[in-house]
Amino acid sequence: MTDTIAVSAADLSFSYGERLALQGVAFDVPVGKVHGFLGPNGSGKSTLFKLLSTLVPLQRGRVSLLGLDLATQAAAIRARLGVVFQSPAVDKKLTVRENLHYGGLLLGLSGRELALRIDAMLAAANLADRARDRVEELSGGLRRRVELAKCLLGKPELVLLDEASTGLDPAARRDMWAVLRAQTGITVLFTTHLMDEAAEADGLTLLDQGQIVAAGRPADLMREVGGQVLEIEAERPEQMLGELQQSLAVTAKLVEGTLRIEGDTVHELVPQVMQRFGERIQRLQLAHPSLQDVFLHKTGKRFVVTEPDAAPRKGRRKRS
Amino acid sequence: MMRAVMALWHREIVRFLRDRPRLVGSLLQPIIFWLLFSGALHGSFKPGGMDYGQYFFVGTLAMITLFTAIFATITVIEDRKEGFLQGVLVSPVPRAAIALGKILGGATLGMLLAIVFMLLAPVAGVSLSFDGVLLGLAVLAVLAIAVTGLGFTLAWVMDSSAGYHGIMMLFLMPMLLLSGAFFPMETAHPLLSWVRFVNPMTYGVGALRHAFQGPVAGVPSFTVCLLGTFAFAAATFLLGTFVVTRRSARDAV
Repeated sequence: MTDTIAVSAADLSFSYGERLALQGVAFDVPVGKVHGFLGPNGSGKSTLFKLLSTLVPLQRGRVSLLGLDLATQAAAIRARLGVVFQSPAVDKKLTVRENLHYGGLLLGLSGRELALRIDAMLAAANLADRARDRVEELSGGLRRRVELAKCLLGKPELVLLDEASTGLDPAARRDMWAVLRAQTGITVLFTTHLMDEAAEADGLTLLDQGQIVAAGRPADLMREVGGQVLEIEAERPEQMLGELQQSLAVTAKLVEGTLRIEGDTVHELVPQVMQRFGERIQRLQLAHPSLQDVFLHKTGKRFVVTEPDAAPRKGRRKRS
Repeated sequence: MMRAVMALWHREIVRFLRDRPRLVGSLLQPIIFWLLFSGALHGSFKPGGMDYGQYFFVGTLAMITLFTAIFATITVIEDRKEGFLQGVLVSPVPRAAIALGKILGGATLGMLLAIVFMLLAPVAGVSLSFDGVLLGLAVLAVLAIAVTGLGFTLAWVMDSSAGYHGIMMLFLMPMLLLSGAFFPMETAHPLLSWVRFVNPMTYGVGALRHAFQGPVAGVPSFTVCLLGTFAFAAATFLLGTFVVTRRSARDAV
């Protein structure tokens, strides 16, 4: 742990009863960076978020946030933390300003200092003209901006976002990130299942079934897969897999009924594939690798999100 | 910490005042109960020789604090479901402040509604002395903290509003009915008569009777009632603080 590392986790594991939600997770996030955690439902990213936000106690492993030990200094961490949950944490019955006022009081702000901070955050989030409106009257995108304004009210050094853009349209999502990026010097950790959002991060950790399957800069992760990905859907793909490998001397994979060939010069194979197997091919797609391809490359399965990070049910409560 | 307590307390009051159906229901329900019961039993039931309207007046005050506590603390479950509670839990506020703010908020609402009801005493033919009112308000404050603390504790560990209502009806209604709020308990079945002594509401209702009506037959002494009510409040308040300060995986739900 150094001054340049905002968040450091080592050997992090967490279980809900018998079910292991996180297993041996380790990562470092430098100060001032935007770091994403990408994973499908049940991958453990929400559990990780709950641990980092101090909502649940550590079971195993070590986590340092802003140089403070999560296990023993949770209260001190909370004073320097801003959190935006997937479900809204603002009071719909209160106005925008009232929400920020109560939020500020909970952060220990008061009087003129609080009033000035509220005005500054209303301006930053472009909410000044809606300050007197009740939150229940606002659109989803505006509510999210209220959340962000409340989260940033106490000038946090570290901001945690749990699927914060879920349910937002692209414009609202851009607004949210614009407000965040305008803050200087803060470190942002976010969980998401949106590929395009994850691709914007400075650093990315891919999670699956509670374990890290890949980590690095999004561009590097995609480059690792290879320069190009050729996907082929065809009749009798199992039979075609062998024929492809034999006749074209390439390494192909069959993933959930789709044949995949990864590599830097895969485009050169397209004419040969069409010539030999054209009649059997139903779909052929050549593309640069996406984070979906990275996930598939690392886990052997597609990244599927059935609903906004629906948590598996275990025991009496929903958790993920 | 007190700033956070005040913020949470104030939010409870503001939300209550903005929720018109809740406000109207909370104000009218005890009045309607008192009118119906005192009207129906006016000629046939005179506990201790007292007019039932006068007898039930004190019981209605206890009922107001209890029902207000139930509806005020159900917001704990709503706050958790709507995500507001998670926001508070990850703020630098000590968790005890959450219990304190919520309990004081609910208790204040109970007190306010009880005061409104007390203003109707002359209309209802119930004579109240100034000293009696002051003493009664003090007892009401302690009783309101006690029942709100109990409601808060139950709400904190409950998953659903429906489940919470079920538990309330299972435990709190019998507590109220067996407290002497609706009818005297000294002539009840021996088993029920025994139950009233372990029912903490008995002491709260008894203390209110002492404050508003003076010594009443079959009610423990004022000192015992006061001690019982204070012990009830202390126990539920500590219990509420205890459940809040335990950090567990369920907080994240």
